[in-house]
Amino acid sequence: MKLWQKVGSLVLRLFLALFTAGLVLYFSGYSPLTAYKAMIWGAISNWDGIALSLVQATPLIFTGLAVAFANNCGVFNIGAEGQLYLGAMAAAVIGAFIPPLPHFFHLFLALLGGAIFGGLWASIAAWLKVKAEANEVIITIMLNSIGILLCSYLANYVFKAPGPVAQTPEVHASAALNRIGTGTQLSTALLVGLGLIIIIWVVLYRTKLGYEVRIVGANPRAAATAGINVAGMTFVALFISGALAGLGGAGQVLGLHSRFIDGFSPGYGFDGIAVAILGGNSPIGVLFAALLFGLLRAGGMVLDRTTKIPVDFVLIIQAAIILFIAAPNILKFLKGGLKSARTNTKQ
Amino acid sequence: MLEQILNSEAFFLTMALLASTLRMATPLGLAAMGAVYSERAGVVNLGLEGLMLVGAFFGVLGSYLTGNAWLGVLLAVISGGVLAFLLALVTLRYKANHVVAGVALNLLSLGLTSVLLVAIWGNRGKSADVEGIYPVNIPFLSDIPVLGEIFFRQSPFFYLLIILMVISWFLFYRTKWGLRLRAIGENPAAVDSLGIPVNTYKYIAVIAGGMLAALGGAYLSLGELSLFGRNMVSGRGYIALAANILGNWNPVGVVLSSLLFGFANAVEMNLQLYGWPTQFVQMIPYVVTIFVLGGLVRKVEAPKALGEHFDRGDTHV
Amino acid sequence: MEALRMKGIIKDFGSTRALDQADLVVKKGEIHSLLGENGAGKTTLMKILYGMYEPNQGEIFINGNKVVINSPKEAMNLGINMVFQHFMLIPNLSVTENIILGQEETKLGVLSYKEARKKVMQLSEQLGLKVRPDMRVADIPVGEKQRVEILKALYRGADLLILDEPTAVLTPQEVKELFKVLKALKENGKTIIIITHKLKETMAVADNVTVLRNGKTQGIIAASEATPEILAQMMVGRSVILEAVKEDVNKGRVLLETKDLTLGKKLKKINLQVQQGQILGIAGVEGNGQTELLETLLGLETATSGSIYLNNTDVTQKAVKERLKIGLGFIAEDRNDRGLVNGFSIWQNSVLGYQDRYQKNGILNMQKIYVASRQIVSNYQVKVENIFSKTSSLSGGNAQKLLVGRVFYHDPEVLIIAHPTRGVDVGAIEYLHNEILQLRKKGKAILLVSADLDEVRQLSDRIAVLYEGKIVMEGNTSDFTEEALGIYMAGGDLVNREVVLS
Repeated sequence: MKLWQKVGSLVLRLFLALFTAGLVLYFSGYSPLTAYKAMIWGAISNWDGIALSLVQATPLIFTGLAVAFANNCGVFNIGAEGQLYLGAMAAAVIGAFIPPLPHFFHLFLALLGGAIFGGLWASIAAWLKVKAEANEVIITIMLNSIGILLCSYLANYVFKAPGPVAQTPEVHASAALNRIGTGTQLSTALLVGLGLIIIIWVVLYRTKLGYEVRIVGANPRAAATAGINVAGMTFVALFISGALAGLGGAGQVLGLHSRFIDGFSPGYGFDGIAVAILGGNSPIGVLFAALLFGLLRAGGMVLDRTTKIPVDFVLIIQAAIILFIAAPNILKFLKGGLKSARTNTKQ
Repeated sequence: MLEQILNSEAFFLTMALLASTLRMATPLGLAAMGAVYSERAGVVNLGLEGLMLVGAFFGVLGSYLTGNAWLGVLLAVISGGVLAFLLALVTLRYKANHVVAGVALNLLSLGLTSVLLVAIWGNRGKSADVEGIYPVNIPFLSDIPVLGEIFFRQSPFFYLLIILMVISWFLFYRTKWGLRLRAIGENPAAVDSLGIPVNTYKYIAVIAGGMLAALGGAYLSLGELSLFGRNMVSGRGYIALAANILGNWNPVGVVLSSLLFGFANAVEMNLQLYGWPTQFVQMIPYVVTIFVLGGLVRKVEAPKALGEHFDRGDTHV
Repeated sequence: MEALRMKGIIKDFGSTRALDQADLVVKKGEIHSLLGENGAGKTTLMKILYGMYEPNQGEIFINGNKVVINSPKEAMNLGINMVFQHFMLIPNLSVTENIILGQEETKLGVLSYKEARKKVMQLSEQLGLKVRPDMRVADIPVGEKQRVEILKALYRGADLLILDEPTAVLTPQEVKELFKVLKALKENGKTIIIITHKLKETMAVADNVTVLRNGKTQGIIAASEATPEILAQMMVGRSVILEAVKEDVNKGRVLLETKDLTLGKKLKKINLQVQQGQILGIAGVEGNGQTELLETLLGLETATSGSIYLNNTDVTQKAVKERLKIGLGFIAEDRNDRGLVNGFSIWQNSVLGYQDRYQKNGILNMQKIYVASRQIVSNYQVKVENIFSKTSSLSGGNAQKLLVGRVFYHDPEVLIIAHPTRGVDVGAIEYLHNEILQLRKKGKAILLVSADLDEVRQLSDRIAVLYEGKIVMEGNTSDFTEEALGIYMAGGDLVNREVVLS
């Protein structure tokens, strides 16, 4: 397929998804046109809207990259949500319970902690996949729930800040990711995310590691024949994937909430799956997909504030996008439909 | 002596615990049974959560519109069937990855029910109170001491679960339909070579599974609260998935594993009453599943062709 | 009386013609052997009969009536049934359940399991097909699985039974059992076609033999009149098209050596030596341990006993990577399986296995890779648009040249080459053969595995015949006649000039 065909097919699928989601909204008794207008207007017409879109896109860059990286190795990591929680908790604890240190050093430690704990959480799945040939999809789903519950326990008891809310104490300023501009919630976590897009691109396409990871993902038997350690690569890929998701959690804690709050993620990890699929598992694609989803989410929040339509409408759009992107043969149905329509007119 | 035991507080608590175990197990069992149908036919059903949610919502809607809770259940079952048909369509016909399709299904259900919740009741958190489905005392049996109180004063959904368990077991292991379905989940190419329409069976099984999962969801709304709350399934779909695995894709097995997980649920509620941490008890289903899949607890065997797309290759179309 | 006549069957897969005017006539109540080498078109012909493939041309007559068979179901209705080489059984179900699947008898929707079981047992006893009806298929041995498959066919009322390579997976004892059963079925009036490439089986069990070669029927012969020599000749043919010029080359040190190399029951005490400037050809019918030998030599499988020496280094326990580093070059038997990564571009495939040489501190040197890739493409005449196009866009011949070029370019000292010209056009075959001989001239040690007997004979200095995991004969190429090789490959014994049934 030529590039323009690919882009064309993608745009067509996106359009169909938006149309279908709009149809659902229409049958729920709302005007989809008003909704889309309010969303787009709210998300990009002013700086606040743009900032909000970027704030919403930030964690999705991390989780999208996480899922995409594992997918490149042929491993389906559904567990980004749990890894994100573990990373967030690690960063929150390092940021709040280690006394203030020089700024970059403390921040670095907190981010590193987030990456390591996210990676380790994913490594459990890698271990079970390699040793017991367990299906990583089910394992990572189970690890999601366990991870979230574990963090909930820590936030409720072990690391709980005084007060009624299940959350950890505020992180020290030396561990915080600075805000970008004033009056927005946008933080340098976005820059970390952008940096990671570049780094992961380089790793995947310009290093031996990335080359071997992708070979394993495309044809594990050829990889083994070429002397690549397939089990080892699976481990590495899942660890890196988990670390990326963990960094996403750390970014939310250090940049946005300044602490770990029980149940803080509205499903960034699951959205990461959609982002990775839409982005074709490439870092650049992930960036665009995350921005689109961030925009949708921000638009949804504006929608929620200004109309009666709840932000959950965005979920319908996301679902439609996933279904239209992930079903390879769905456009054939359309072609077939057009063809039969044409023959009908001939008769 | 006996009287002493029967009147003791510990006995009372145990009874309450067992009764609530059955209550908690009911939705899990129904949804897990749904997973058995779908996955025995080789289609991974990660959309249980969404199917339950849709069932919960449309159950309440049906009851709200008609004033009859059982018509609500009917609408719930239909909605589950429709959503499951969508899953079957995108996976079987349009060849979407089963896992991805399931994830989309869950997002769709949460979005759809939340939007409709506002559209219909103008409330973002919960629906209006509707006519629910209440526990039924089975005549005579419910008067049996101890057993009667635990087993025969339950919600009709519980009785339904037991009946469906028996029917499903019979269907899977005593009819040709079940024999063929089990064979399809293992080796669709072999079944196809015998001239059996593989995809028709798959569609029927996935849709039936969706209906069962929706029934489980309807229990949560109509059987427990008599209203719908946003995202009220809150992860039970994943526990049902776990119950399906621990139950070894077997109708009787999933009811037993649902009872185990229901018991953990009941214990957790009691701990909550005393202000103790509940998280570790809540983890039990997930941890057990991981141990099972890691080969550490018991041997389970997933259908061999689970999650695979079936293509005939170079045969006549 | 004729049970079956297939006339002028043509079948194309894309641009390859798998069957070219193939004919087959089978008499009622006989055992008919459909004999031919791998890729001769035997299975394709039978899948057409079974309604799985649609022929491009040709006619089929059953009991003298012309029929068109569109699906396995229609074939079954005509009394035709096929037992595939890869069994079509459901491991999780019981023997009885597998046999009745699709033909279940029910009472009010309930399976009449007991009656079905009785019927299966009756059928089983009547024909001496011993099976245990209540066992799970996953738990029974291969021979019994095959009997289940045969029973499954008979349960469906098969009159004409096709067996695809029925002995491929059986032990000699099981083969004897099977042949007894087949003869019993014949006594019961069934017609049987066995697809095979083993002379021994054909001689032992068949009444008549039809030989296929390159999709064409070579002839039909009564088994009683056939000799292994005649059959081998018909099977292999004399159509040696290409004569590569093989110069005399001085032999040097031994670079590849195995000592009593054993892998479970698949390889039994293999002793091989390959010298510099020498090509050792491994001849043998596929499935006699070739794949296992290749994978053990490369290191994908670890030998259960014995040892492997590469350039005097014991590599028996070493990983694939280490062996490649020592100078082993490996051309996989199936380029789409273990050779190339088809979704990837030419340049990415050009360095696979040698990626260590193109990196510094983990960063790939793209320029170096592009240069190497362009050189491989031009040196080994791979016709491509550019090195950024995908490997999947290459024709079979070009893909094979890329695979071979990749290995040759990286200058290995020892080469293991499997089926270098499979699925490759004539021009490319000649080219690849010359390239292999060039390496021999340069003093490389080469182990060649091929199912193509002509290829082995043309290229090799020495030939070793692999049969059931053992080297049954080894010698200089000039010591073997074509017929003799055929007989050894079939497990025969040249001294007695006859094929013995072991």
